[in-house]
This record gives sequence, structure tokens and C-alpha cells, in this order.
Amino acid sequence: MILKALFAASATAALLLALPANAAELTIGFSQIGSESGWRAAETSVSKQEATKRKVNLKIADAQQKQENQIKAIRSFIAQNVDAIFLAPVVSTGWDSVLKEAKEAKIPVVLLDRDIDPSGKELYLTAVTSDSVHEGEVAGDWLAKTVGAKVCNIVELQGTVGASVAANRKKGFDAAIAKHANLKVVRSQTGDFTRAKGKEVMESFIKAEGGGKSICAVYAHNDDMMVGAIQAMKEAGLKPGKEILTVSIDAVPDIFKAMVAGEANATVELTPNMAGPALDAIAAFKAKGTVPPKWIQTESKLYTATDDPQKIYDSKKGLGY
Amino acid sequence: MTALLPRRGLAQILALIVILAVDRVVSPQFFDLRLQDGRLFGSLIDVLNRGTPVALLSLGMVLVIATRGIDLSVGAVMAISGAIAASLADSHSLAVVLAAALGAGLICGLWNGFLVAVLGMQPIVATLILMVAGRGIAQLITEGRIVTFSSPDLVWFGNGSILGLPVSVAIALGMLILTGAVVRGSALGLLIEATGGNARASELAGVGTRAMILAVYVWCGVCAALAGVIAAADIMGADANNAGLWLELDAILAVVIGGTSLFGGRFSLVLAVLGALIIQTMNTGILLSGYPPEFNLLVKAVVVLAVLLLQSPKLSGFADVVTRLRRTKA
Repeated sequence: MILKALFAASATAALLLALPANAAELTIGFSQIGSESGWRAAETSVSKQEATKRKVNLKIADAQQKQENQIKAIRSFIAQNVDAIFLAPVVSTGWDSVLKEAKEAKIPVVLLDRDIDPSGKELYLTAVTSDSVHEGEVAGDWLAKTVGAKVCNIVELQGTVGASVAANRKKGFDAAIAKHANLKVVRSQTGDFTRAKGKEVMESFIKAEGGGKSICAVYAHNDDMMVGAIQAMKEAGLKPGKEILTVSIDAVPDIFKAMVAGEANATVELTPNMAGPALDAIAAFKAKGTVPPKWIQTESKLYTATDDPQKIYDSKKGLGY
Repeated sequence: MTALLPRRGLAQILALIVILAVDRVVSPQFFDLRLQDGRLFGSLIDVLNRGTPVALLSLGMVLVIATRGIDLSVGAVMAISGAIAASLADSHSLAVVLAAALGAGLICGLWNGFLVAVLGMQPIVATLILMVAGRGIAQLITEGRIVTFSSPDLVWFGNGSILGLPVSVAIALGMLILTGAVVRGSALGLLIEATGGNARASELAGVGTRAMILAVYVWCGVCAALAGVIAAADIMGADANNAGLWLELDAILAVVIGGTSLFGGRFSLVLAVLGALIIQTMNTGILLSGYPPEFNLLVKAVVVLAVLLLQSPKLSGFADVVTRLRRTKA
């Protein structure tokens, strides 16, 4: 029994050792947070795709939302002497000592999706993240352009109170519409980033604004809340996407389904492809020693009903959102 | 007056009236009702509709608390039953979907009841196990995604109507009548109260306390599962990460606002449901008020404190003293 297990283990080890030599040039360890949301699952599957595309051997360690697991994973990657480490940090502090170990081992570290405490800037090569203030701006600019000179009362579904993403998406949107006197946020409440709360809050907005007649547009800090809000508008006899404009952020598959049905207007993508730019940066760094900028900003792409939402839905639904 | 309004319950009814009046002030159209697609539409209906999950949870929770127990797992049970209902909705008949979802709640209740009644674990610890593990089970069922469905049968639970009332409200009302008929129409309620009052004495007097405890946890699980199905039907999807999150606390709060002591021994179903309505009337009022969301929790805490102070025996004793002093002065 023990012999058999030993044999199996050594066979797997041999296989693992053989793989990089044959197929991949680079071996990269990726410490992923865990399965906290659909977006996170999509990020993991897109990372695998991007690595396969570039013939990189990507080892993903799932930390189950625990920093100590991430630190353990990074130490094990250092012990395996990987070519680079990707880290999606679950919290922003407490990384100094383990990142120093990586630096001493001369293994470059790239942060994905989230930044760490500013004191650790010299400890990583670059950070690939989205600018959530900019996401809010893109949403606000689209609305301003679409509405034109018409007076427009906006209701806003905020993310969880205290979440930095929610604060940033609000800030960006407010800045974008501040340039247009005809646009005004008349109501703003938190929907906790969930469908159920998004629906409940939208129901109360509709009652408070005379049955929804005076609402011209809804801005939600994520698509899930918007999906809930769309249901609330339909149940109130309103026509989202036509009578009331919608713009939200994330670009999850279900919002494209709503676009196909003509019930949603626009979404700003938080791309799950953080690994692609990171892999390119590492490849250039390894081959020519090109040092990437400290911050690689991902594109906050705007999607509307004219972008063939059905096709995007089909391409996204298999990613694990 | 005392004949019309029971002494128990006066504080709750007063609290509800005051909060409704405040809602009317912050939102002048609060009491407006109209028909929309054959269903009543207005803030009052929102209160009833949104209050349904917690009202259902409190129906089970109040019986558990009456036996001097507590069930922290109801939110997680909601997530499990919602996940099961959503996963099966588009491929199975409604009967199968409901049987599976409610069956899961029943099994969860049996598990809790087994730990408490048979193994003698402390309820708060026993149900904490399922509170933590249950959400994980729900996430396994949905694979961490939001599972959506379009089966009109199940969606009806979320947005259908019976005589103008939302289906969910009618279900909660039916469950209140059913539970009331069973526990108050027989000696069952008394036996549950006896179990909570003094389990050992009741056991010696011939009450099957073990069976009582098992039964209330099972019923609590079934109520939670029903709440989970309604929550999933409402958003046409199961969100295992968020469905029923922290609702166990709202359910306990509803029971406590309803005047049921956490030390067991007596309970009121109607007042527990009233407690759930008080919480929701307040929540809806906060949403309508237009205050910044940073105030939500603070306002809620202050109102809850006020309602509980209204019920405090020490404080009502203090009020008696004040009135007596005034009388002697006059």
C-alpha cells in the first residue's frame, strides 16, 4: 500500500518535472484568493487560458480567502524556484517579509487585481489592476453622451458601505456628471452588491420618485444589483432600457442577457484578464530585462447593445462567473 | 380597552404604529396603493413582501427559542434550499423542486435537533456548525456562481399574486395560521413552553422533551427552507454567497421584539411576525427617506433600542412611579 502510494507520488513528480521542459518555457506560480465571487472564478479560468496561449506553465494555488495560505503558497513557489510569482492579495498589509524572501531569491512578483500597502512598492515588479474611479467615469461619460442636453434624474445603487471599490466608482461617476448641469443624482442608497438588495432598494426608489416616472437613468456599482433593479422596474410596469436608461459596471454574463432582451443599456467591463498583461510583462522582463511601469492599468471597456451582446454572453458564460 | 388589546403586544403594536407614522412623514405616498398587473403595488406591499423571509424564519425561530434553544443556521439553510430549488427549477416539475428544497430544510432541522436533543450539545454551538458549513454546501451546489432559472412555476412564488397579495405574503400568512393552529389548537404549545421553562421537571411530568426539541428544530428548518425558496424565486436565481446572509440575526431580533424571552418558557407567534414587520417597516422607511446609506445601521439600532426599552419591565415600573408622583402632586 505504502509502496504503491510512493510509486504514484514519484510518477506524478516525474511528470511535473518533465512537463515544463517539454511544453513551457516559463513556470509561474499564481497565489489566487479563492472562490469569493463569480468574477474571481472567471479570473482563474481566463488566467489558465492566457497561460496556455503563451505556453507558460501556470501553477495556481487557491488560498481559500486566507492570507496565511497565500504566504505559504508563495514560500512553496520560492522553494520550487519558479520564474515568477503572481499574487492576488486578499488584504493589503502584511506582505513585507514574504515578498522580501522572494526578492532575495530574485523571483519577480506581479500583483493582480489588487494593490498592497504603499510601503511595499519596491518589493514587487508591477501591479496589474483596474482603476475603479475610471470605471465610474466611463459609466458617467456614457450617460452624459446618451442623454445629451435633456434634464436627467439619476438614481444610484451603491456597493457595500465602506468598500473602496464602491467609494471609487461613486467618485468617478460623480466627477463625470459634474461637468453636466442637466444630470443629477437624486437618490443614492447601498444595495450591498447583491441582486436581492438591488431589487429591494430599486423598489423603494420607484415609490419615492412618483412611481418611477421622474427617474431617467439608473447607475449601479455592479451588474448584479442592476439585474435586481431591472426586475423591480419590470414589476412596477416600467420599461428598463427604454423608459429608464441603465448603466452598471463589471460586465458579467447576465447583464448581456438583459441587453439582448433590450432591458439594459450599458456596462463597463472589469476585465477578468489580469494575467494576460502580467504574463507579457514577465516575458519581456525575462527576455530583454525590460522593467515594466509600476502600475499596468487594464482597459475599462464600455459595452452597449450595439456590441452584439449575445455573442459576448456566449463567450463569457463558460468562464465560471 | 384591555379587552380589545391584550396587555402583551401593546408595546409592539404601538411601536409599529409609530414607525408607520414616521414612514408617512419621510415618504408622503407611503400608504398609496394601486393595482399593477393584477397585484397590489405600494410601499405597504413592499413592507409585507420584503418582510416575508424574516417573518417565516421567525415562525420557526420563536418555537426553538421557546424551548430555550436558538438556531443560528437558518440563513445558511435558506441558501441551501434556494440553491437546490434554482438548480432543479428548469429541469424538474414544481412538486419535485419544492419537495427537494423543503426536504433539505427538514434534514437540516433534523441534524440540528439531533445534536441538541440527542447529543445534548448547547444549541448555539450545535447550530453554529450548520451556519458555517451550510453556506459552504450551498456554494458547492451552485459551484460559486449565481444559478439563474426561468421556470414560470417557481418564478410565480416571487412575483405572482393571490387576490392581489404577493404569493410570498399569502404563504407566510398561511404558515402563520397553520403553525398557530397546530401549536395553539392542541397542547403542543404548552408542552413546548414546559420544555423551555424547565426541561427536567417536564420530563419527570411525562413530557417528551426530546421529541419536542427535535420537532421545533425540524419545523425551523422547514420554515427556513420555504424562506429560501421565496428568496430565490424573488431574484430568479440562487446567490449562495448572499442569500439569507445575517438573516438569522434579524429573525432572533424579530422574536425578541415580539416579547419572547431568550430563556424560553413562553412565546407568541403573532408577535414574532409583528416583530419581523416592525424591522421591515423600519428598513423600508430608511430606504425611502433618502438619507445617506451610512446612517442605515445607526437608525436601525436606535429604533430597536427604543422598541426594547418600551418592553423593559424595569422601565415601565419607572414610568409607573413617575405617574404616581405626578398624581400625588396634583
